[in-house]
Amino acid sequence: MSAPARDLGPIIGPGHTFETVTDKIAAVVLSETRKGWMLGFGISFVLLTIFLQCVAVLFVRGIGIWGINIPVGWGFDIINFVWWIGIGHAGTLISAILLLFRQTWRTSINRFAEAMTLFAVACAGLYPILHLGRPWLFYWLLPYPNAMGMWPNFRSPLMWDVFAVSTYATVSALFWFVGLIPDLATLRDRSTSKVGRIIYGILAMGWRGSARHWNRYETAYLLLAGLSTPLVVSVHSVVSFDFAVGIIPGWHATIFPPYFVAGAIYAGFAMVLTLTIPLRRYYGLEDFITMRHINYMARVMLATGLVVAYGYMMEIFMAWYSGNPYESFMVKNRLTGPYKTLYAALILTNVIIPQLLWFQRVRTNIPLLFAVAMSINVGMWLERYVIIVVSLHRDFLPSSWGMYAGTIFDYGTFIGTIGLFLTLLFLFIRLLPMISIFEMRTLLPEAKVKEKHA
Amino acid sequence: MTARVPVYGLMAEFADVNHLIEAIRKLRQMGYRRMDAFTPFPVEEVWEELGVHRNMVSFLVFCGGLAGCLFGIGLQYWTSVIDYPINVGGRPLFSVPAFVPITFECTVLFAALTAVLGMLALNGLPAPYHPVFNVPRFALASRDRFFLCVESTDPLFDREGTRRVLESLSPVSVAEVPD
Repeated sequence: MSAPARDLGPIIGPGHTFETVTDKIAAVVLSETRKGWMLGFGISFVLLTIFLQCVAVLFVRGIGIWGINIPVGWGFDIINFVWWIGIGHAGTLISAILLLFRQTWRTSINRFAEAMTLFAVACAGLYPILHLGRPWLFYWLLPYPNAMGMWPNFRSPLMWDVFAVSTYATVSALFWFVGLIPDLATLRDRSTSKVGRIIYGILAMGWRGSARHWNRYETAYLLLAGLSTPLVVSVHSVVSFDFAVGIIPGWHATIFPPYFVAGAIYAGFAMVLTLTIPLRRYYGLEDFITMRHINYMARVMLATGLVVAYGYMMEIFMAWYSGNPYESFMVKNRLTGPYKTLYAALILTNVIIPQLLWFQRVRTNIPLLFAVAMSINVGMWLERYVIIVVSLHRDFLPSSWGMYAGTIFDYGTFIGTIGLFLTLLFLFIRLLPMISIFEMRTLLPEAKVKEKHA
Repeated sequence: MTARVPVYGLMAEFADVNHLIEAIRKLRQMGYRRMDAFTPFPVEEVWEELGVHRNMVSFLVFCGGLAGCLFGIGLQYWTSVIDYPINVGGRPLFSVPAFVPITFECTVLFAALTAVLGMLALNGLPAPYHPVFNVPRFALASRDRFFLCVESTDPLFDREGTRRVLESLSPVSVAEVPD
């Protein structure tokens, strides 16, 4: 950087000690339930019941209740699958990749972002299963010796997806839990209720902070970060293979894996901001999630957003450069066809509005930044709609063209998974420390060890 | 004889990490070996002073990853070539490029599971009981205090003598750890 670095403020507020950090973060869990939490949890739970109702109808009547048809065989289910799994990626990026790069500012947000990953992956994983038609036979996807004498087709990207998503969910859960162990011990020792001591005690597994344990713990944690880093890149690459390996114009492109991974991180950071902005205020955590964190997240969004914009430009360029009439028709159909409003809205929300992030004044203006993050949340959903529906509805043969629109059950299921996501998140905030306490301690000046013989 | 002493060890509490490191260094110079430190966050210098340098976790994770890799490729080879071969347009049954993603995912999955389970197993966790928790002030080890426990199995351990040594190292308190 040629310009002198601007003062972005500290990554932890002044005047904190081991005690204040521990007590302040643990207090969110150990204090009385607040009214605002009850309200938020109540609303989320109502949304979750909408999901359960939609799924109940789906199980009884089958996927005919959705808007999908021929030619548009993938609709809201796959749009939402890709949207949710993309959101999850920011959590792993923050917890693993930024750890390897020694970006200590990640410490305040990694626990929360990992939880977000876990819940987003849970929401994502539901969609392909619900989409199966006979969801109760989902275990046919797994390679197990069966009476039919058959094995899954390992040459199919859909099979790769099963492995990628289930590995991702497992490794994310492991990473999250390992990070929690020392903090669970803190909660065990700080909890004033007997039930709390027993439950946190069981979960902490007798962690006592022994130096020998820390030594192995740090190695394991670092290795998990090293393993998660290629994993997170592979997951969205595999998701993009679901499309790119097919021959549908608008899907069959080599740019898909990097463009999907960048889009995933973009969407994920937008969601982290959407959630942390109200949370830090409500629980008074501005000393731990400072303006510097907000600013950095906005910068990551800007950078990944530009990669996504490059992806859009390349799609248009390759349609012309390849000379393939189906590809160029696809682009013309996106820009001027029946779904042109959605494409225009996509460009507006996902490319034009995020350009505001170039300005420091926008990155430090909380309400405006929240609005930009919301715009990106919408934009990334529209992106998947454009890629999936608009590519499918008019392919090679005009005689087999069709139109698609989601039904009330499509919308209900989507809103319902938002309810599931928020319900899990509210429970997490109430029951587990949302900021890694032990890692916050390491950032304090008193954690510094003096030089030998000083 | 130390074997008759009904204590697990003696525990000193320190208010900051530098006092703890200083104490470990002094005790090591005096010849004490069987001791452990307890800190509210990982401190590399503490385990260095205790003489803990390497651990088995990395090696185990390598083995786990290797096993996962072999499992992934083996599963796909056996099902696609031996047990259930399907000729798709004359392409080879052993379709290496198409088998890469699942092999990779299996490698990561096995390695990650090994990292977590291996770390816990080597640490002897879950541990339903440990004597150090008998000291009431030890609850602060997960908050802001640093503890050093000299175990009674150390040949130099002496209830009175070791206590005097610990008290000379500017601790906040020294307590006996009942076994």
